[in-house]
Amino acid sequence: MPANLNRRFLSAVLLFAASVASQAAEITVSAAASLTDAFKEIAQGYEAAHPGSKVLLNFGASGALLQQMAKGAPVDVFASADQETMDAAVAQKLVAPRERVNFVRNTLVLVVPADSTLAIKRLDDLRQPTVTRLAVGNPASVPAGRYTRQALETAGLWAPLGPKMIMTQNVRQALDYVARGETEAGFVYGSDAVAFKGKVKVAMEVPLATPVSYPIAATAGAAQTAESRRFIAWVQAPAAQAVLARYGFMKP
Amino acid sequence: MHPTWTALALSLKVACWATAIALVLGVAVGFLLARRRFPGRELLDTILTLPMVMPPTVLGYYLLVLLGRQGWIGRNLQDWFGINLIFTWQGAVIAAAIVAFPLVFKPARAAFETVDGRLEDAARVLGVSEAAVFLRVTLPLAWRGILAGALLAFARAMGEFGATLMVAGSIPGRTQTLSIAVYEAVQAGQDDIANTLVLITSAVCIAVLLTAGRLAPGRVGYR
Repeated sequence: MPANLNRRFLSAVLLFAASVASQAAEITVSAAASLTDAFKEIAQGYEAAHPGSKVLLNFGASGALLQQMAKGAPVDVFASADQETMDAAVAQKLVAPRERVNFVRNTLVLVVPADSTLAIKRLDDLRQPTVTRLAVGNPASVPAGRYTRQALETAGLWAPLGPKMIMTQNVRQALDYVARGETEAGFVYGSDAVAFKGKVKVAMEVPLATPVSYPIAATAGAAQTAESRRFIAWVQAPAAQAVLARYGFMKP
Repeated sequence: MHPTWTALALSLKVACWATAIALVLGVAVGFLLARRRFPGRELLDTILTLPMVMPPTVLGYYLLVLLGRQGWIGRNLQDWFGINLIFTWQGAVIAAAIVAFPLVFKPARAAFETVDGRLEDAARVLGVSEAAVFLRVTLPLAWRGILAGALLAFARAMGEFGATLMVAGSIPGRTQTLSIAVYEAVQAGQDDIANTLVLITSAVCIAVLLTAGRLAPGRVGYR
Protein backbone atom coordinates (compact mmCIF):
# COMPACT_ATOMS: atom_id res chain seq x y z
CA MET A 1 0.00 0.00 0.00
CA PRO A 2 1.61 3.24 -1.13
CA ALA A 3 0.09 5.35 1.67
CA ASN A 4 1.52 3.01 4.27
CA LEU A 5 4.88 3.02 2.53
CA ASN A 6 4.87 6.80 2.43
CA ARG A 7 4.18 6.99 6.13
CA ARG A 8 6.98 4.56 6.85
CA PHE A 9 9.37 6.53 4.70
CA LEU A 10 8.37 9.77 6.40
CA SER A 11 8.87 8.35 9.88
CA ALA A 12 12.27 6.99 8.84
CA VAL A 13 13.26 10.45 7.60
CA LEU A 14 12.02 12.07 10.81
CA LEU A 15 13.88 9.54 12.91
CA PHE A 16 17.07 10.30 10.99
CA ALA A 17 16.55 14.05 11.34
CA ALA A 18 15.91 13.70 15.06
CA SER A 19 19.10 11.71 15.53
CA VAL A 20 21.09 14.36 13.66
CA ALA A 21 19.72 17.27 15.73
CA SER A 22 22.02 17.77 18.71
CA GLN A 23 21.02 16.52 22.12
CA ALA A 24 20.39 18.80 25.07
CA ALA A 25 23.73 18.61 26.90
CA GLU A 26 25.90 17.25 24.13
CA ILE A 27 29.09 19.05 23.15
CA THR A 28 31.51 18.35 20.34
CA VAL A 29 35.16 18.79 21.23
CA SER A 30 37.74 19.03 18.43
CA ALA A 31 41.12 18.26 19.95
CA ALA A 32 44.67 17.96 18.66
CA ALA A 33 45.71 14.39 17.79
CA SER A 34 48.31 14.38 20.58
CA LEU A 35 45.51 14.76 23.14
CA THR A 36 43.73 11.58 21.98
CA ASP A 37 44.34 9.28 24.95
CA ALA A 38 44.22 11.92 27.67
CA PHE A 39 41.01 13.54 26.39
CA LYS A 40 39.21 10.22 26.06
CA GLU A 41 39.82 9.61 29.75
CA ILE A 42 39.03 13.20 30.76
CA ALA A 43 35.75 13.14 28.82
CA GLN A 44 34.78 9.89 30.56
CA GLY A 45 35.42 11.50 33.94
CA TYR A 46 33.43 14.56 32.91
CA GLU A 47 30.45 12.50 31.78
CA ALA A 48 30.54 10.48 34.98
CA ALA A 49 30.58 13.64 37.09
CA HIS A 50 27.85 15.34 35.09
CA PRO A 51 25.06 12.84 34.38
CA GLY A 52 23.17 13.69 31.21
CA SER A 53 26.17 15.39 29.62
CA LYS A 54 27.74 13.87 26.58
CA VAL A 55 31.12 14.74 25.10
CA LEU A 56 31.75 13.87 21.46
CA LEU A 57 35.47 13.84 20.67
CA ASN A 58 36.90 14.64 17.27
CA PHE A 59 40.67 14.22 16.89
CA GLY A 60 42.98 15.32 14.10
CA ALA A 61 45.84 17.60 13.19
CA SER A 62 45.07 21.03 14.69
CA GLY A 63 45.24 22.61 11.24
CA ALA A 64 42.80 20.06 9.82
CA LEU A 65 40.41 20.67 12.73
CA LEU A 66 40.62 24.41 12.04
CA GLN A 67 39.68 23.82 8.40
CA GLN A 68 36.70 21.70 9.45
CA MET A 69 35.44 24.56 11.65
CA ALA A 70 36.11 27.15 8.95
CA LYS A 71 33.91 25.06 6.61
CA GLY A 72 31.10 25.09 9.16
CA ALA A 73 31.59 21.95 11.26
CA PRO A 74 29.47 22.28 14.43
CA VAL A 75 32.18 22.33 17.08
CA ASP A 76 31.70 23.63 20.64
CA VAL A 77 35.22 23.39 22.04
CA PHE A 78 38.53 23.59 20.20
CA ALA A 79 41.84 22.47 21.74
CA SER A 80 44.88 23.15 19.55
CA ALA A 81 48.46 21.93 19.92
CA ASP A 82 49.91 25.34 19.14
CA GLN A 83 49.17 29.04 19.48
CA GLU A 84 49.44 29.65 15.74
CA THR A 85 46.38 27.55 14.89
CA MET A 86 44.34 29.20 17.66
CA ASP A 87 45.52 32.61 16.39
CA ALA A 88 44.16 31.68 12.98
CA ALA A 89 40.86 30.58 14.57
CA VAL A 90 40.62 33.95 16.33
CA ALA A 91 41.48 35.79 13.12
CA GLN A 92 38.72 33.90 11.30
CA LYS A 93 36.30 34.81 14.11
CA LEU A 94 35.73 31.14 14.92
CA VAL A 95 36.87 31.78 18.48
CA ALA A 96 36.45 34.90 20.64
CA PRO A 97 39.86 35.97 22.05
CA ARG A 98 38.55 36.18 25.63
CA GLU A 99 37.48 32.50 25.58
CA ARG A 100 40.98 31.21 25.01
CA VAL A 101 43.15 29.82 27.77
CA ASN A 102 46.34 27.73 27.85
CA PHE A 103 45.72 24.50 29.71
CA VAL A 104 48.77 22.28 29.22
CA ARG A 105 52.34 22.17 27.92
CA ASN A 106 54.33 19.54 26.07
CA THR A 107 57.81 18.88 24.76
CA LEU A 108 59.04 18.00 21.30
CA VAL A 109 61.18 14.87 21.21
CA LEU A 110 63.01 12.78 18.68
CA VAL A 111 61.93 9.14 18.96
CA VAL A 112 63.43 5.97 17.51
CA PRO A 113 61.99 2.43 17.49
CA ALA A 114 62.40 0.69 20.86
CA ASP A 115 64.91 -1.80 19.41
CA SER A 116 66.91 0.83 17.52
CA THR A 117 70.69 0.86 17.92
CA LEU A 118 71.17 4.28 16.32
CA ALA A 119 73.27 6.70 18.31
CA ILE A 120 71.50 10.04 18.07
CA LYS A 121 72.50 12.61 20.63
CA ARG A 122 72.24 15.81 18.60
CA LEU A 123 69.99 16.88 15.72
CA ASP A 124 73.08 16.91 13.51
CA ASP A 125 73.37 13.12 13.95
CA LEU A 126 70.29 12.78 11.73
CA ARG A 127 72.58 13.53 8.77
CA GLN A 128 74.24 10.12 9.07
CA PRO A 129 73.35 7.78 6.19
CA THR A 130 71.94 5.11 8.52
CA VAL A 131 68.99 7.44 8.97
CA THR A 132 67.15 7.06 5.67
CA ARG A 133 63.69 8.16 6.70
CA LEU A 134 62.42 10.67 9.17
CA ALA A 135 58.73 10.95 10.11
CA VAL A 136 57.58 14.55 10.51
CA GLY A 137 54.08 15.97 10.73
CA ASN A 138 53.27 18.07 7.66
CA PRO A 139 53.97 21.67 8.77
CA ALA A 140 51.09 22.90 6.61
CA SER A 141 48.53 21.45 9.01
CA VAL A 142 50.36 19.68 11.86
CA PRO A 143 51.69 21.80 14.77
CA ALA A 144 54.31 19.17 15.69
CA GLY A 145 55.62 19.56 12.14
CA ARG A 146 55.80 23.32 12.56
CA TYR A 147 57.72 23.01 15.82
CA THR A 148 60.05 20.55 14.11
CA ARG A 149 60.61 22.85 11.17
CA GLN A 150 61.37 25.70 13.58
CA ALA A 151 63.96 23.62 15.42
CA LEU A 152 65.55 22.20 12.28
CA GLU A 153 65.69 25.59 10.56
CA THR A 154 67.46 27.03 13.59
CA ALA A 155 69.95 24.16 13.36
CA GLY A 156 70.30 24.69 9.59
CA LEU A 157 69.05 21.15 8.95
CA TRP A 158 65.57 21.63 7.48
CA ALA A 159 66.75 21.70 3.86
CA PRO A 160 69.55 19.08 4.15
CA LEU A 161 67.19 16.58 5.84
CA GLY A 162 64.35 17.31 3.40
CA PRO A 163 64.88 14.26 1.17
CA LYS A 164 64.62 11.93 4.17
CA MET A 165 61.35 13.35 5.45
CA ILE A 166 58.08 11.46 5.37
CA MET A 167 55.34 14.03 5.97
CA THR A 168 52.41 12.71 7.96
CA GLN A 169 48.78 13.81 8.34
CA ASN A 170 49.04 14.21 12.09
CA VAL A 171 51.57 13.62 14.84
CA ARG A 172 50.16 10.20 15.74
CA GLN A 173 50.82 8.90 12.24
CA ALA A 174 54.48 9.91 12.59
CA LEU A 175 54.54 8.08 15.92
CA ASP A 176 53.00 4.99 14.34
CA TYR A 177 55.55 4.91 11.50
CA VAL A 178 58.42 5.01 14.02
CA ALA A 179 56.77 2.34 16.20
CA ARG A 180 56.44 0.05 13.15
CA GLY A 181 60.06 0.70 12.20
CA GLU A 182 59.07 2.17 8.84
CA THR A 183 61.19 5.22 9.63
CA GLU A 184 64.41 5.20 11.67
CA ALA A 185 63.33 8.23 13.65
CA GLY A 186 60.55 10.76 13.98
CA PHE A 187 59.56 14.00 15.69
CA VAL A 188 56.66 13.69 18.10
CA TYR A 189 55.59 15.12 21.44
CA GLY A 190 56.97 13.89 24.75
CA SER A 191 53.44 12.78 25.63
CA ASP A 192 53.26 10.64 22.46
CA ALA A 193 56.46 8.87 23.48
CA VAL A 194 54.87 8.12 26.87
CA ALA A 195 51.75 6.74 25.15
CA PHE A 196 53.88 4.40 23.02
CA LYS A 197 56.33 3.40 25.72
CA GLY A 198 57.77 0.00 24.81
CA LYS A 199 57.38 0.63 21.08
CA VAL A 200 59.47 3.80 20.81
CA LYS A 201 62.16 5.39 22.92
CA VAL A 202 63.19 9.01 23.26
CA ALA A 203 66.60 9.72 21.69
CA MET A 204 66.65 13.37 22.68
CA GLU A 205 64.47 16.30 23.61
CA VAL A 206 64.42 18.91 20.88
CA PRO A 207 65.25 22.46 22.02
CA LEU A 208 62.58 24.96 20.98
CA ALA A 209 62.47 28.75 20.90
CA THR A 210 58.70 28.82 21.52
CA PRO A 211 57.36 26.40 24.12
CA VAL A 212 54.74 23.84 23.08
CA SER A 213 51.69 25.30 24.75
CA TYR A 214 48.12 24.11 24.12
CA PRO A 215 45.23 26.60 24.09
CA ILE A 216 41.58 25.59 24.50
CA ALA A 217 38.49 27.70 23.81
CA ALA A 218 34.74 27.60 23.41
CA THR A 219 33.97 28.41 19.78
CA ALA A 220 31.98 31.42 18.62
CA GLY A 221 29.41 29.12 17.07
CA ALA A 222 29.06 26.88 20.13
CA ALA A 223 25.48 25.69 20.52
CA GLN A 224 26.14 24.92 24.18
CA THR A 225 28.24 27.79 25.50
CA ALA A 226 27.59 27.13 29.19
CA GLU A 227 28.28 23.41 28.84
CA SER A 228 31.41 24.16 26.78
CA ARG A 229 32.79 26.50 29.45
CA ARG A 230 32.03 23.92 32.11
CA PHE A 231 34.05 21.34 30.17
CA ILE A 232 36.96 23.77 29.72
CA ALA A 233 36.94 24.49 33.47
CA TRP A 234 36.95 20.72 34.05
CA VAL A 235 40.03 20.31 31.87
CA GLN A 236 41.88 22.88 33.97
CA ALA A 237 40.81 21.38 37.31
CA PRO A 238 43.22 19.17 39.33
CA ALA A 239 41.57 15.84 38.40
CA ALA A 240 41.93 16.38 34.66
CA GLN A 241 45.39 17.90 35.07
CA ALA A 242 46.41 14.73 36.91
CA VAL A 243 45.21 12.67 33.95
CA LEU A 244 47.16 14.90 31.56
CA ALA A 245 50.27 14.58 33.75
CA ARG A 246 49.94 10.81 33.66
CA TYR A 247 49.97 10.96 29.85
CA GLY A 248 53.19 12.97 29.88
CA PHE A 249 51.85 16.52 29.66
CA MET A 250 53.02 19.34 31.90
CA LYS A 251 51.24 22.14 33.73
CA PRO A 252 50.60 25.24 31.56
CA MET B 1 57.12 21.08 -13.30
CA HIS B 2 54.21 22.58 -11.37
CA PRO B 3 53.26 20.39 -8.35
CA THR B 4 49.76 19.89 -9.75
CA TRP B 5 51.12 18.37 -12.94
CA THR B 6 53.60 16.28 -10.99
CA ALA B 7 50.69 14.84 -8.99
CA LEU B 8 48.70 14.22 -12.18
CA ALA B 9 51.66 12.54 -13.89
CA LEU B 10 52.24 10.35 -10.83
CA SER B 11 48.55 9.42 -10.63
CA LEU B 12 48.58 8.43 -14.30
CA LYS B 13 51.79 6.43 -13.88
CA VAL B 14 50.45 4.59 -10.85
CA ALA B 15 47.06 3.98 -12.50
CA CYS B 16 48.67 2.69 -15.73
CA TRP B 17 50.89 0.21 -13.91
CA ALA B 18 48.11 -0.87 -11.60
CA THR B 19 45.72 -1.39 -14.50
CA ALA B 20 48.33 -3.36 -16.45
CA ILE B 21 48.93 -5.66 -13.49
CA ALA B 22 45.21 -6.00 -12.77
CA LEU B 23 44.54 -6.66 -16.47
CA VAL B 24 47.04 -9.50 -16.86
CA LEU B 25 46.10 -11.16 -13.57
CA GLY B 26 42.39 -10.42 -13.99
CA VAL B 27 42.21 -12.00 -17.44
CA ALA B 28 44.18 -15.06 -16.32
CA VAL B 29 42.14 -15.62 -13.16
CA GLY B 30 38.86 -14.70 -14.87
CA PHE B 31 39.56 -17.31 -17.58
CA LEU B 32 40.53 -19.92 -15.01
CA LEU B 33 37.37 -19.40 -12.96
CA ALA B 34 35.16 -19.31 -16.04
CA ARG B 35 36.50 -22.53 -17.54
CA ARG B 36 37.84 -24.77 -14.82
CA ARG B 37 35.72 -26.44 -12.21
CA PHE B 38 37.47 -27.13 -8.95
CA PRO B 39 36.52 -27.26 -5.28
CA GLY B 40 36.48 -23.84 -3.64
CA ARG B 41 35.97 -22.05 -6.94
CA GLU B 42 33.25 -19.73 -5.66
CA LEU B 43 35.13 -19.17 -2.40
CA LEU B 44 38.18 -18.07 -4.40
CA ASP B 45 35.93 -15.77 -6.43
CA THR B 46 34.61 -14.24 -3.21
CA ILE B 47 38.07 -13.71 -1.73
CA LEU B 48 39.34 -12.12 -4.93
CA THR B 49 36.33 -9.78 -4.99
CA LEU B 50 36.95 -8.62 -1.40
CA PRO B 51 39.10 -5.58 -2.30
CA MET B 52 36.08 -4.15 -4.14
CA VAL B 53 33.88 -4.14 -1.04
CA MET B 54 36.40 -3.84 1.78
CA PRO B 55 37.19 -0.37 3.12
CA PRO B 56 40.51 0.78 1.59
CA THR B 57 41.83 1.49 5.09
CA VAL B 58 41.43 -2.19 5.96
CA LEU B 59 43.34 -3.09 2.84
CA GLY B 60 45.96 -0.44 3.62
CA TYR B 61 46.44 -1.86 7.07
CA TYR B 62 46.83 -5.41 5.71
CA LEU B 63 49.41 -4.16 3.24
CA LEU B 64 51.28 -2.11 5.83
CA VAL B 65 51.44 -5.09 8.15
CA LEU B 66 52.52 -7.50 5.38
CA LEU B 67 54.82 -5.27 3.33
CA GLY B 68 56.27 -3.17 6.17
CA ARG B 69 59.77 -3.65 7.51
CA GLN B 70 58.45 -5.86 10.27
CA GLY B 71 55.96 -7.60 7.98
CA TRP B 72 56.50 -11.12 6.70
CA ILE B 73 56.71 -10.19 3.02
CA GLY B 74 58.41 -6.85 3.62
CA ARG B 75 61.14 -8.37 5.77
CA ASN B 76 61.94 -11.04 3.20
CA LEU B 77 61.94 -8.58 0.31
CA GLN B 78 64.33 -6.42 2.31
CA ASP B 79 66.62 -9.29 3.31
CA TRP B 80 66.79 -11.00 -0.08
CA PHE B 81 66.50 -8.19 -2.59
CA GLY B 82 66.95 -4.99 -0.59
CA ILE B 83 63.49 -3.90 -1.77
CA ASN B 84 61.35 -1.71 0.42
CA LEU B 85 57.87 -0.92 -0.86
CA ILE B 86 56.61 1.37 1.90
CA PHE B 87 56.76 5.07 0.93
CA THR B 88 57.49 4.28 -2.72
CA TRP B 89 55.36 4.74 -5.83
CA GLN B 90 55.70 1.00 -6.44
CA GLY B 91 53.93 0.50 -3.11
CA ALA B 92 51.17 2.79 -4.38
CA VAL B 93 50.95 0.65 -7.54
CA ILE B 94 50.45 -2.50 -5.48
CA ALA B 95 47.73 -0.89 -3.38
CA ALA B 96 45.95 0.43 -6.47
CA ALA B 97 46.34 -2.85 -8.38
CA ILE B 98 44.73 -4.85 -5.58
CA VAL B 99 41.84 -2.42 -5.33
CA ALA B 100 41.38 -2.38 -9.13
CA PHE B 101 41.79 -6.12 -9.67
CA PRO B 102 38.16 -7.20 -9.05
CA LEU B 103 36.96 -4.61 -11.56
CA VAL B 104 38.87 -6.47 -14.29
CA PHE B 105 38.51 -9.99 -13.03
CA LYS B 106 34.71 -9.89 -12.53
CA PRO B 107 33.77 -8.72 -16.05
CA ALA B 108 36.53 -10.89 -17.54
CA ARG B 109 35.03 -13.99 -15.96
CA ALA B 110 31.54 -12.97 -17.10
CA ALA B 111 32.80 -12.28 -20.63
CA PHE B 112 34.60 -15.62 -20.89
CA GLU B 113 31.51 -17.43 -19.69
CA THR B 114 29.39 -15.92 -22.46
CA VAL B 115 31.82 -16.96 -25.22
CA ASP B 116 30.18 -19.71 -27.29
CA GLY B 117 32.18 -22.91 -26.72
CA ARG B 118 31.20 -24.23 -30.15
CA LEU B 119 33.25 -21.50 -31.83
CA GLU B 120 36.32 -22.62 -29.90
CA ASP B 121 35.57 -26.25 -30.78
CA ALA B 122 35.30 -25.30 -34.44
CA ALA B 123 38.79 -23.79 -34.26
CA ARG B 124 40.15 -26.91 -32.55
CA VAL B 125 38.64 -29.11 -35.23
CA LEU B 126 40.50 -27.02 -37.78
CA GLY B 127 43.73 -27.91 -36.00
CA VAL B 128 44.43 -24.67 -34.15
CA SER B 129 46.56 -24.97 -31.02
CA GLU B 130 45.06 -24.23 -27.58
CA ALA B 131 47.09 -21.05 -27.17
CA ALA B 132 45.98 -19.83 -30.58
CA VAL B 133 42.34 -20.70 -29.78
CA PHE B 134 42.60 -18.46 -26.74
CA LEU B 135 44.37 -15.61 -28.51
CA ARG B 136 42.45 -15.68 -31.80
CA VAL B 137 38.96 -16.84 -30.80
CA THR B 138 38.22 -16.57 -27.08
CA LEU B 139 39.99 -13.32 -26.28
CA PRO B 140 38.64 -11.36 -29.29
CA LEU B 141 35.10 -12.46 -28.37
CA ALA B 142 35.52 -11.39 -24.75
CA TRP B 143 37.70 -8.33 -25.15
CA ARG B 144 34.94 -5.68 -25.03
CA GLY B 145 33.89 -6.75 -21.57
CA ILE B 146 37.47 -7.00 -20.39
CA LEU B 147 38.40 -3.59 -21.78
CA ALA B 148 35.39 -1.92 -20.17
CA GLY B 149 36.45 -3.51 -16.89
CA ALA B 150 40.01 -2.34 -17.40
CA LEU B 151 38.85 1.25 -17.88
CA LEU B 152 36.81 1.13 -14.69
CA ALA B 153 39.86 -0.34 -12.98
CA PHE B 154 41.94 2.54 -14.31
CA ALA B 155 39.46 5.08 -12.94
CA ARG B 156 39.40 3.30 -9.60
CA ALA B 157 43.20 3.16 -9.47
CA MET B 158 43.38 6.89 -10.25
CA GLY B 159 41.07 7.61 -7.35
CA GLU B 160 42.69 5.24 -4.84
CA PHE B 161 43.25 7.06 -1.58
CA GLY B 162 42.96 5.17 1.70
CA ALA B 163 45.23 2.20 1.08
CA THR B 164 47.70 4.31 -0.89
CA LEU B 165 48.03 6.90 1.86
CA MET B 166 48.75 4.21 4.44
CA VAL B 167 51.26 2.29 2.34
CA ALA B 168 52.95 4.96 0.26
CA GLY B 169 52.48 8.02 2.43
CA SER B 170 52.22 11.48 0.97
CA ILE B 171 55.58 12.55 -0.38
CA PRO B 172 55.24 15.40 -2.88
CA GLY B 173 56.69 14.40 -6.25
CA ARG B 174 57.24 10.79 -5.20
CA THR B 175 54.06 9.27 -3.79
CA GLN B 176 51.64 12.18 -3.54
CA THR B 177 48.97 11.29 -6.10
CA LEU B 178 46.14 13.61 -7.15
CA SER B 179 43.66 12.29 -4.62
CA ILE B 180 46.17 12.60 -1.78
CA ALA B 181 47.22 16.07 -2.94
CA VAL B 182 43.54 17.12 -2.75
CA TYR B 183 43.32 15.85 0.82
CA GLU B 184 46.53 17.65 1.83
CA ALA B 185 45.39 20.89 0.22
CA VAL B 186 42.04 20.81 2.02
CA GLN B 187 43.71 19.96 5.35
CA ALA B 188 46.01 22.94 4.96
CA GLY B 189 43.20 25.27 3.86
CA GLN B 190 44.65 25.79 0.36
CA ASP B 191 41.29 25.86 -1.39
CA ASP B 192 42.64 27.30 -4.64
CA ILE B 193 44.98 24.33 -5.09
CA ALA B 194 42.20 21.93 -4.07
CA ASN B 195 39.87 23.48 -6.67
CA THR B 196 42.39 22.99 -9.49
CA LEU B 197 43.09 19.42 -8.40
CA VAL B 198 39.46 18.33 -8.15
CA LEU B 199 38.65 19.84 -11.54
CA ILE B 200 41.51 17.91 -13.18
CA THR B 201 40.53 14.69 -11.39
CA SER B 202 36.88 15.09 -12.39
CA ALA B 203 37.80 15.73 -16.03
CA VAL B 204 40.02 12.64 -16.21
CA CYS B 205 37.36 10.44 -14.56
CA ILE B 206 34.61 11.70 -16.87
CA ALA B 207 36.79 10.96 -19.90
CA VAL B 208 37.49 7.44 -18.67
CA LEU B 209 33.82 6.72 -17.91
CA LEU B 210 32.69 8.03 -21.31
CA THR B 211 35.21 5.76 -23.03
CA ALA B 212 34.13 2.80 -20.91
CA GLY B 213 30.50 3.49 -21.75
CA ARG B 214 31.25 3.53 -25.48
CA LEU B 215 33.07 0.22 -25.32
CA ALA B 216 30.33 -1.55 -23.40
CA PRO B 217 26.89 -0.30 -24.42
CA GLY B 218 25.01 -1.98 -21.60
CA ARG B 219 26.26 -5.41 -22.47
CA VAL B 220 28.67 -6.21 -19.70
CA GLY B 221 27.02 -7.61 -16.63
CA TYR B 222 28.71 -8.12 -13.29
CA ARG B 223 28.23 -11.55 -11.87
